[in-house]
Amino acid sequence: MNAPAPTLTAAADCIDSRFTVPGMRCAGCIGKIERGLPLVPGVVSARVNFSAKRVAVSHAPELTDDDLLDELRKLGFEAERAADNPLARDDAETKRLLSALAVAGFGMMNIMLLSVSIWSGADTITREMFHWLSALIAIPVVAYSGRPFFASALMALRYGRTNMDVPISIGVLLATGMSFYETLVGGAHAYFDGAVMLLFFLLAGRVLDAMMRNRARSGIASLLGRMGRGAQVVQADGSTAYIEAERLAPGMVMLVAAGEALAADGEIVEGHTTVDSSMLTGESDPRPAGPGDLVHAGMINQGNPVRLTVTAAAQDTAIADIARLMDEAGQSRSRYVRIADRASRLYAPAVHTLAFLSFCGWMLAGAGVHHALTIAAAVLIITCPCALGLAVPAAQVVAAQALMKRGLLIKDGSALERLAEADEVLLDKTGTLTLGEPRPVDLSALDAQQRSIALALAQSSRHPLSRGLAQALRDAGTEPVVLDDVSETAGSGIGGCSGGRAVALLRPEVETGGLAVDLVIDGARSRIAFADPLRPDVRETLAALAAQGLPVSIVSGDRAATVAVVARELGLFATASMKPADKLALLDRRTADGHRVLMVGDGLNDGPALAGAHVSIAPGSASDVSQQAADAVFVGAGMMPVALAIRVGRKTMRVVRENFVMAIVYNVLAVPLAILGYVTPLVAALAMSGSSLLVVGNSLRLARAAGKESAA
Amino acid sequence: MTVLGFMIPLALLMGFFGLGCFFWAMRSGQFEDLDGAANRILIEEDDE
Repeated sequence: MNAPAPTLTAAADCIDSRFTVPGMRCAGCIGKIERGLPLVPGVVSARVNFSAKRVAVSHAPELTDDDLLDELRKLGFEAERAADNPLARDDAETKRLLSALAVAGFGMMNIMLLSVSIWSGADTITREMFHWLSALIAIPVVAYSGRPFFASALMALRYGRTNMDVPISIGVLLATGMSFYETLVGGAHAYFDGAVMLLFFLLAGRVLDAMMRNRARSGIASLLGRMGRGAQVVQADGSTAYIEAERLAPGMVMLVAAGEALAADGEIVEGHTTVDSSMLTGESDPRPAGPGDLVHAGMINQGNPVRLTVTAAAQDTAIADIARLMDEAGQSRSRYVRIADRASRLYAPAVHTLAFLSFCGWMLAGAGVHHALTIAAAVLIITCPCALGLAVPAAQVVAAQALMKRGLLIKDGSALERLAEADEVLLDKTGTLTLGEPRPVDLSALDAQQRSIALALAQSSRHPLSRGLAQALRDAGTEPVVLDDVSETAGSGIGGCSGGRAVALLRPEVETGGLAVDLVIDGARSRIAFADPLRPDVRETLAALAAQGLPVSIVSGDRAATVAVVARELGLFATASMKPADKLALLDRRTADGHRVLMVGDGLNDGPALAGAHVSIAPGSASDVSQQAADAVFVGAGMMPVALAIRVGRKTMRVVRENFVMAIVYNVLAVPLAILGYVTPLVAALAMSGSSLLVVGNSLRLARAAGKESAA
Repeated sequence: MTVLGFMIPLALLMGFFGLGCFFWAMRSGQFEDLDGAANRILIEEDDE
């Protein structure tokens, strides 16, 4: 809308690049990016998609992705290359459902228009004409809008199973067919309106469901991509080029900047640094690494830029083993049957038997085939799970929306169902109970002016320590000073000028035990030490989980001594030094004992456990793999969304059950009427919309329920 | 009753028009960025 128009000359040979910018929060950010980027020579236009937190940049081929990332950083945004649109398939699915819904809505309104005049007593010829018109609209509409249901029902039948779509499809098809016959012979009752209305309500449920999934997935996709998806590789002519992780090969020389994750295993040839292997092993202490040391894919370079030769890439790395374990672990999850399908296993045979029995009954009572069939169709339409089809998605969508506002993105409705069933919690330590990022241990040693200078310096750098320092200072309400002549020297630190004084954040001259930086103002050094702190609300979260009757324990890959400190502090049972396979084995043992485990973890080493657990949650800072394996992702520093998720999950299931009860009560009242032949199309239409409204209204209560809990 | 011959096609036509508009809006990507659209209205136009 506000993006400057592309210039004609450059438009022809432009290329498009996409970046994710998780830090976009407001209209100001949109404006800053869309106005700021086109000022860069070579950039033709920039277009922000705020919902997906993405920027599409159209630019001259000379500009590389790295240049653009740099420009975005100058504008004040951390950005990453976006993976090739992973959501395209989901989007297409939602669009198909939306189109079907629009067509069904069009058909429903027009047929209703005709039906109202029939109900209010249109005479024979008018009625016949209106029936014909209704048929003309309804048949193509049913054929088009019914496809999602027919396809899914056929699929289920082909594998000898039944799901909610089978009774829906049979009901809709039978009602349409019967009504068409009725129209042909000039009968009094046609159920076109009922059939199309049924489709409309059910499609509304599906669309809501799909939109909820998409929102959560695009939210998660915007968090992804910070982990070694590729590397800068030194070419023969000395220049560097970005190469995707899959195309890295042994022997290549790659450059890894501070804060980057390694995309392949390698041996360091140049540079000294500190590597953080918490994602890979759960070990919390970063360890130093220098020339000759082997480092592995998935580790994060926390210190200085290094140069290394690739020793193993793609399928041969430790990550690939973890991926294989995950594949195997994920298979048990796919056997979970959702509550709607479980309900329909009982419901579908009952409904079909009932319709068949009423057909037989009326035949025995001496009614004609035609009359008996009309009654059977009425029974199917009135029992058709309109409310039942909405009972689950309506409640889950409202609950997911409420959770999203509290910082928990749930991938689909089945995750909510499984959350409600969890009866035990296993927590990873590093990155889950703790923030997983270095933060300054104690800021009180610095006075207000030192803090302002430190913030100004820290926010100009991308180094992990600088980022942690800047975050902590901002949280403490510090305002940065204005800096001149900022320059960053990779490997030593960042310096600048503030009010005529030379200031700098430098690496300590002597190697210290843990991570630390020195703040230098006019030559005076003050040491800032870093550690990985516990999340701020861990205790409250654990108390909330305990109040819900869930025993919590720690499973960590870290050394026993380190884990014991945290376990003692929080009063939890802990198991340490667990390899990915050990975590999975422990989970399998708990499952065999009849427990349903909620796994919360972030590292690559938690991947198999996340995929194998009954239900799993990962923090937003987790590795890509873990976020993809988990059922839900919570964002922010707090851990409370985990406890909230369980509470809302349970509440959702309660509402779903209430909805089922309502739908059943409605059926118990309406079915006898249908069997006795009192259900006219008017009654069917009223009953259907009435019960749907009731179910949706009941589900909406969940929005308030989740809000109240967080306030309490 | 002759008025029906005029009113019903008109009603259908209007319905089709609405449906067409919806499909056009969807194809041209107007539902891609709903949150963005809500925010863009707050951006100040300070083009020189």
